[in-house]
Amino acid sequence: MDRNQSRRQVAAMKQALFDQGLLDEQYIQLEELQDAANPNFAEEIVTLYYRDSSRLIANIDQALKERNGLDFNKMDNIMHQFKGSSSSIGAKKVKAECTVFRECCRARNAEGCMRSFQQLKKEYAALRKKLESYFQLARQIGPSERACCPK
Amino acid sequence: MAAAGDVLRQILPEDGAAGELHVLAVGDSHVDRKVIERLLKISSCKVTVVESETRALQFLGLDGENCSIDFDSLKVNLIMTDYSMPGMTGYELLKKIKQESSLFREIPVVIMSSENILTRIASCLEEGAEDFLLKPVKLSDVKRLTDFMRDEGMKGEKICPKRRRSYDCTPSLSTAFSLISHQS
Repeated sequence: MDRNQSRRQVAAMKQALFDQGLLDEQYIQLEELQDAANPNFAEEIVTLYYRDSSRLIANIDQALKERNGLDFNKMDNIMHQFKGSSSSIGAKKVKAECTVFRECCRARNAEGCMRSFQQLKKEYAALRKKLESYFQLARQIGPSERACCPK
Repeated sequence: MAAAGDVLRQILPEDGAAGELHVLAVGDSHVDRKVIERLLKISSCKVTVVESETRALQFLGLDGENCSIDFDSLKVNLIMTDYSMPGMTGYELLKKIKQESSLFREIPVVIMSSENILTRIASCLEEGAEDFLLKPVKLSDVKRLTDFMRDEGMKGEKICPKRRRSYDCTPSLSTAFSLISHQS
């Protein structure tokens, strides 16, 4: 694939992530913090996010399996942290699902929590895949080509 | 308030261009720490990042006995802390610093929170917070803060909180906030 084609594809992939509501302007902020010395800052932060949050996801998974009644406060606290990090990388859909989950916690709605969490994990995984493809292609075309921001 | 002015001239770099602002950032999220560190470095600040209030106090040298304070030991020009943290919250750190009998209480403290809760904002400002930033924090927030600090440093004036657009306020509420007296 020639460079022009790659550049167009990267731009299209990025635009799609925004059009589909997966990312918000906070992600653009991360890319704006990139420079020659730190060309992959956004990717580094996203990688860190997935690494750190896997522990939080596992904790909620565990908490939802609790047989002696769900600890809604504990899950709400974990989700507060997870929502914060998701917000920091601009993960729009994931963040929205975090809000739904927290509302279910506050309503002590176990069914709601479980359904919402399933949805959250789906969004979380889908975003990861798409970002991985995006970063892979973006790395090929080089940092100077990534300056365009989606409208 | 001449004394306070003298103190601040010592704390803040007199030559805004050459003097570097040293910021202490506190937060329990690894992702947020990395982002705030980058935002501050891009704004030409020296940055120290710690993961908890306890570590912040340790870094400042406030966790134990503090016999003599000299200007050299005031290591930072600004503290930016998350509000919600396990253990001691950012609010509690703010109170600890403002209750210091030493010059540490002059260090401006900025609270960062993902929750736009007006009573929370009000209590932080009342307790002496310099500013309250809604997360996710943007480069424009950090630049505004650091530019303001450098300007104040050059003037040698005491930092006074101005009502800012970093949180969502209707005009009538901003008026209410401006009536909250800043602790001097």
